[in-house]
Amino acid sequence: MSKTILEETIASPETPGSKHFPPFAPSDALEAEAAKRLAQFPDDQKRSAVLPILHHIQHHHGFLSGEAINWTAERVGIEPIKVVEVVTFYPGFRQTAPGKFHVRVCRTLSCAMGGSYELMDRLCEITGIDRDSLDPHHHPIAVSPCGTWSVEFAECLASCGTAPVCLVNDDFHEGVDADKAQGLLDGYSK
Amino acid sequence: MSEIQYLEGKQPDPREHRLIFKNVDRVGWDPSIDCYLNDGGYEQLKKAMDMDPKFITEEVKKSGLRGRGGAGFPTGIKWTFIPPNNTKPVYLICNCDESEPGTFKDRYIVHQDPHQLIEGMVISSFAVGAHVAYIYIREEFPEAAKILENAIEEAREKNFVGKNILGSGFDLEIYVHRGAAAYICGEETGLIESLEGKRAYPRIKPPYFPAALGLYMCPTIVNNVESLCHVKHIVDMGGEEYAKLGVARNTGTRILCVSGDVKKPGYFEVEVGKVTMRELLYDMCGGPKDGREFKAVIPGGSSSKILRCDETFKIKGKDGEETDLAFWDIPMDFDSLAACGSMAGSGGVIVMDDSRKMSWVLNNINQFYAHESCGQCTPCREGSTWMRKISDRLVAGEASPEDIETLESVAYQIDGKTICAFGEASSWPVEAIIAKYREELLADTKEENARKPNNPEAEAQRKFLQPG
Ligand SMILES: Cc1cc2nc3c(=O)[nH]c(=O)nc-3n(C[C@H](O)[C@H](O)[C@H](O)COP(=O)(O)O)c2cc1C
Ligand code: SF4
Ligand code: FES
Repeated sequence: MSKTILEETIASPETPGSKHFPPFAPSDALEAEAAKRLAQFPDDQKRSAVLPILHHIQHHHGFLSGEAINWTAERVGIEPIKVVEVVTFYPGFRQTAPGKFHVRVCRTLSCAMGGSYELMDRLCEITGIDRDSLDPHHHPIAVSPCGTWSVEFAECLASCGTAPVCLVNDDFHEGVDADKAQGLLDGYSK
Repeated sequence: MSEIQYLEGKQPDPREHRLIFKNVDRVGWDPSIDCYLNDGGYEQLKKAMDMDPKFITEEVKKSGLRGRGGAGFPTGIKWTFIPPNNTKPVYLICNCDESEPGTFKDRYIVHQDPHQLIEGMVISSFAVGAHVAYIYIREEFPEAAKILENAIEEAREKNFVGKNILGSGFDLEIYVHRGAAAYICGEETGLIESLEGKRAYPRIKPPYFPAALGLYMCPTIVNNVESLCHVKHIVDMGGEEYAKLGVARNTGTRILCVSGDVKKPGYFEVEVGKVTMRELLYDMCGGPKDGREFKAVIPGGSSSKILRCDETFKIKGKDGEETDLAFWDIPMDFDSLAACGSMAGSGGVIVMDDSRKMSWVLNNINQFYAHESCGQCTPCREGSTWMRKISDRLVAGEASPEDIETLESVAYQIDGKTICAFGEASSWPVEAIIAKYREELLADTKEENARKPNNPEAEAQRKFLQPG
């Protein structure tokens, strides 16, 4: 039987990065986080907790699978489609696994003047990512064949004075010109 | 108090006047509450708790403080828009989305001095009667989100946050809420929708201010990080004293963020209107890079209209007389930049030298807006993509002179015809770059391109157009 549009929308094809992330499963930590976030909003406004819960899941599981979306919807008490609409709107949410280390390079004006496109080219070269596979909608995320790295362009990361800048997972790096690309990745190897 | 020392290489410029950034890059400074308390932190909160909330709002009005998030609207006046007979809960939201390209000031406050923000927020919440406040922080500040959550816990232990703050009977909870990497969450009604757990679709106006109807359809005050920090200093100095900083109608200090083609980019907290473009870019930022000349400046975040460094503006004085104002003599304040046809916006000054091609600059900006449009209204969603496609062609050498006209007409069809100010934000840069650099853009076009198909489908159709 063919899939419904909703099923297609929440499908998460495997990527080389998938092996680095445990599949979604509810846990005590997730339940505790959900309870904490839900308590931050009025009783009739629990939908507000959707973003924080999704952040927690993405942080631990790398991306947001259909199971994660359904779990969140159920926990918050809203229809799954309302979670889907959030997941598909925000560039900060992913539906496929990134690499073990996910690099977000700022491409906006000051960083571009400072050489961020050259940085991106070099990162792709080193990690073996096809530069042309970078999709402006970040879907799917471009992952290296070995699954260790993934790259994405981000918009202004609010540090234009120290351009070019990037994030590697949650770590922020400033003044990273193309010549520093290898050193940047070496800091994370394996 | 002993002289404040700053980290080597990060000393403020002598022309700076540091209130908000007093502790940024300070030697021996850390974000802990002990450090803040040792420096006299939370004294203004104690003072404020003995004041009448209405009195604080009056002081903020007297201070003349104008919002530092972009629009420059007077903060005290915004606070009075809460309906007087309101019975619903009131919310305060701190806008820490900091996503306007070229802006990087809130970053340093939330990473290095979180308690200043919390103190400002507690005082502001007390003034407007909010018992729940949210800090909406962009997703790309993961470290800062942790720092703030930790700081709130520290403040709670000392009873600066929580129930019956300092025995005043006033309760306040502050929560940190992370966005998810969408620029439109900086727009206050988009932010509110996002905080409600939805797509960040900005709301139709009126009401013009969420102070009337905001979060959960309750009165909501949205203020920028820097604006809320200023409130603490207004309580400290008194509104009138604060208003002596800066120039008339443009009071206080503000942080200017300079990036791009200057020798020494960085942040500078100055009295509003007390430094000129020349002082900022030559004296404070060290001038252009060696062998280069300044060409153009975007003065208030990428949404503000670009200014040419060789421009002279006709400025109307109070008496209606017109005078000439050269670009280099523009004082960095709200009214002067507006009089020059641009805006002070978020304080993000982006500088370009003569090595930059305007078609490339335009295309970079267009890519940003095409990526970030929320897609709700057609002129913005379609227009921003059209503008990007045309400038893509322009940088690829595939545009024709007519394309510049088309680009300009698309921009004017967005401007003023959309739900939120993103429409202007995306079209003003295009309008201004075309108006000021038309010749340069035209030089990148070719007449013959008008007769060429510019995509594979058009190419396939071509055989039908050629005779024989
Ligand atoms: C497209 C768009 C993006 C915005 N981004 C931000 C932002 O990142 N940070 C911010 O404080 N204000 C931003 N604003 C302005 C807010 O809507 C709002 O005016 C501001 O937060 C009010 O605070 P203030 O009065 O203290 O300046 C943005 C506005 C628009 C139209
Ligand atoms: S102007 Fe653009 S960003 Fe604003 S609501 Fe319309 S589509 Fe969304
Ligand atoms: S342009 Fe890259 S941080 Fe602002």
